[in-house]
Amino acid sequence: MTTFVAKRLLQIVPLVVLLALVTFLLLQLAPGGPFDAERSFPPEIQRQLEARFQLDQPWYVQFGSYMAGLADGTLPSLKRPGLTVGELIGSSFPVSLLLGSLAMAFALALGITSGIIGALRQNTIWDWSTMSVALVGISVPNFVLGPLLVLCFALGLGWFPPARWDGPATWVLPAITLGLAYAAYIARLTRAGMLEVIRADFVRTARAKGLAEHVVVLRHALRGALAPVVTFLGPATAQIITGTVVIEKVFQVPGLGYYFVQSALDRDYSMVLGVVCFYSVILMVMNLLVDVAYTWLDPRVKLA
Amino acid sequence: MSAADTHLVVDERELVAGTSLWQDAWRRWRRNRVSVVSAVVLVAVMVFCSVGPLAAELLLGATYDGQDISLGASAPSWAHPMGTDVLGRDVMARTMHGGRVSLMVALVATAVSLLVGVTYGAVSGFVGGRVDAAMMRFVDLLLSTPYLLLVIVLMAVIPPSSVSIGGLDGSFVLMFAALGLVSWLVLARIVRGQVLSLKQQEYVEAARAIGVPQATILFRHIVPNTLGPVIVYSTLTIPSVMLSEAFLSFLGLGIREPQASWGTLVSDGANAMVVYPWLLLAPGLTMTLTLFCLNFLGDGLRDALDPRQGET
Repeated sequence: MTTFVAKRLLQIVPLVVLLALVTFLLLQLAPGGPFDAERSFPPEIQRQLEARFQLDQPWYVQFGSYMAGLADGTLPSLKRPGLTVGELIGSSFPVSLLLGSLAMAFALALGITSGIIGALRQNTIWDWSTMSVALVGISVPNFVLGPLLVLCFALGLGWFPPARWDGPATWVLPAITLGLAYAAYIARLTRAGMLEVIRADFVRTARAKGLAEHVVVLRHALRGALAPVVTFLGPATAQIITGTVVIEKVFQVPGLGYYFVQSALDRDYSMVLGVVCFYSVILMVMNLLVDVAYTWLDPRVKLA
Repeated sequence: MSAADTHLVVDERELVAGTSLWQDAWRRWRRNRVSVVSAVVLVAVMVFCSVGPLAAELLLGATYDGQDISLGASAPSWAHPMGTDVLGRDVMARTMHGGRVSLMVALVATAVSLLVGVTYGAVSGFVGGRVDAAMMRFVDLLLSTPYLLLVIVLMAVIPPSSVSIGGLDGSFVLMFAALGLVSWLVLARIVRGQVLSLKQQEYVEAARAIGVPQATILFRHIVPNTLGPVIVYSTLTIPSVMLSEAFLSFLGLGIREPQASWGTLVSDGANAMVVYPWLLLAPGLTMTLTLFCLNFLGDGLRDALDPRQGET
């Protein structure tokens, strides 16, 4: 177990460097540079700027210094003078993290609950209605859902503020908008998983022992049914990361996601590279956690 | 041989005339009413988007970029069934045109992903051994990255004008390539798995024995047999590509003015929804309906073509 985790953690380093290299080469191949956009500087200033950020060096030197700067946190942002990439990520990521976690918590709570209801009341009106709602949830794009919720609950009923990010009241709509599609996926996965487990021998044994129905369902059946949901958490993290990009634009949330798009448009190469590396590490650690979680859910699974 | 004997033979043939996989699947699919209704609605949406603009121009004189500034943003009326936008353009004509663009991007990008994914997966599975291991490691690597972030970077830094092919808008070409090149990964895995088991079959051995070249064995004899899962997965790729296109366009990174897609229309609509809600509702609901039907159709096809595969 420990060796497995250590090995996987060590693998992350070369993978992230490789990904950074791909991103970097993409930026290099694109026509134009960070400082020859809309405003044109006098040539001396342009040269000075490029020298300051080593843009006049060969690409491998640039890449090396980017990586070194990212590793010790001193890489400066090209477009926001005086700030390092680390500081920029540090100030905006907590907001995205809170948004993503709230959305995920909402998705898990709603998805697992309705999945269990669907499976226990299979082929009843409860089952059909929750599963139809789930398919609708999967099909409505979050950038359509967001404005609709704002129109309805913020501007129409006035229950929540329509935008911004200060205080729990403003967290509700963005978290629901981001989480609903995942709630729908999780509901379908939980239902399918429960249906497979609910007739298994160990569940019948639990019932035969005379355990209360909620203990049978929550402690015995659910644990076996959750494996597909846990598998989904890996890709879901990736989707939540990109999802925050849109949600932050819709609700004007000052998080890292939308900031990343701005940096890409501004050609703030160091910021783009920093965010790509940062999010890749998060994603890979999340995938590792998912693999570890299997062993807890299903003792038959061995890590190799 | 007497007439009665011939009759008997014919009868027997009719009895043993097996149902092919496709007939079987067709029968199963037709029983799935929701899926059939979805297919009908989808055809209607396609007609709406392909023939619609022409009809709108002939009947109402409305085109997607024709302006009537004096009108401004007007609520739905007989002349403009879905209203007009801030610049006085007919929203229905724009929704149709946007749908054309969104559907085209989704179909072409899915075709790109099919081409890349099937070839990659088939070669990987057929060659096997170390090559297979290396090729699949590469897919795993890409799957473990937040690749949509890379697409954002790609769309942001490459000016569309630099990649336009012929008369085709550069932002379209970028979109086809970017979305096609990221959605082939899972497909490659599925095809590889299929090929791994198919290449052990007797008919492949027979083909080898009579000296059919390797490439022909792979693409003439093996790949066509992977079609079922490939069709199922592609049907589900179309809505996800459509969603990605709209996502990028919504961020201002995809289709650019004067072109429009459902993503850009929803983006414009969201900005103006407080005063002119129909600007959001018309494209937003059309797109949602389309995605809904595509998902149902995909689900139905999966149940029909691949009954063993459960829900995912």
